[in-house]
Amino acid sequence: MLNRDEDILQAAENWQKAGHGVALATVVETWGSAPRPAGSSLVINDDGTFLGSVSGGCVEGAVVTEALDVIASGKPKMLEFGVADETAWNVGLSCGGTIRVFVEKVGQS
Amino acid sequence: MKLETLTQVNAERAARRPVIVVTDVANGDQRLVKARDIATDPLSAELSKQLRMGKSGMVESGGKKLFLNVYAPTARLVIVGAVHISQALAPLARSLDYDVTVVDPRTAFASPERFPDVPLIAEWPDVALPPLNIDHYTAFVALTHDPKIDDPALLHAFERDCFYIGALGSRKTHAKRAERLKAQGASDADIARIHAPIGLSIGAVSPSEIAVAIMAEITAELRLPKETAKVQAA
Repeated sequence: MLNRDEDILQAAENWQKAGHGVALATVVETWGSAPRPAGSSLVINDDGTFLGSVSGGCVEGAVVTEALDVIASGKPKMLEFGVADETAWNVGLSCGGTIRVFVEKVGQS
Repeated sequence: MKLETLTQVNAERAARRPVIVVTDVANGDQRLVKARDIATDPLSAELSKQLRMGKSGMVESGGKKLFLNVYAPTARLVIVGAVHISQALAPLARSLDYDVTVVDPRTAFASPERFPDVPLIAEWPDVALPPLNIDHYTAFVALTHDPKIDDPALLHAFERDCFYIGALGSRKTHAKRAERLKAQGASDADIARIHAPIGLSIGAVSPSEIAVAIMAEITAELRLPKETAKVQAA
């Protein structure tokens, strides 16, 4: 519902043009019963404001934290969350799936 | 992602043209492939498969792991008939992320009081429908029960590549409709595209339940492989 991908990507473009540092996090692979399919995305700006989702809300907090690093460094990162991962279990990807999330800065050359 | 790439993705989406972003996940290298360039792309087989399924995913090519992110246009629902069922169908379709437009020349039906926040066009189908540019990512339903409105609307839909066409009415009503439409030039293949009686058979009675049956059928048509969609809908 709402915050559809095009709205999310439009927000990313608008934030970037308004001078914000912006990162785009995209689900690139899923195994098992992952909550959101590949291609689902989350955009984050340097205020920590974010739109969209990469899971059912379980790992967004961790993704936002990593995204702020990516905005600062400009280097893309691959994140993996799953039940085998102690951290992910703590942040609650309890649906039994595993997801891989690619985080990149918007505006990198 | 380069700002230029993002701007182009947003522009293609605004124009309702599919676009795929190819990312080398090892280093973040990216390129954008527009729908019209897929046939000549080195990855054309993979790209067209992902686009057909409307799914993003990883592929391996030349020793590289590439993520193909498919941006297909937002699905639209064009409802002809600002009737009671439509009052339930419009918000339901919007909750499923469809862009919804309601067309009905009868201003007593097509009123903002009855359809708050839904784009309404109080015109006859021959005026209202052409500017909507109904495309492959559009579902089309005719719900007025009035041949003066439904018939020309359906004839317009036949000329378009919409992924779903449905029309309200019993088997008997539909048989009469098929005769009328054929008399106006529709082919058997055109008639076969119409889902009628409309909606999955779930015993729907109330307008809201019929709306659920219609959206379930549209979802099946959108998401299931073609053969399965027909079995499910039968």
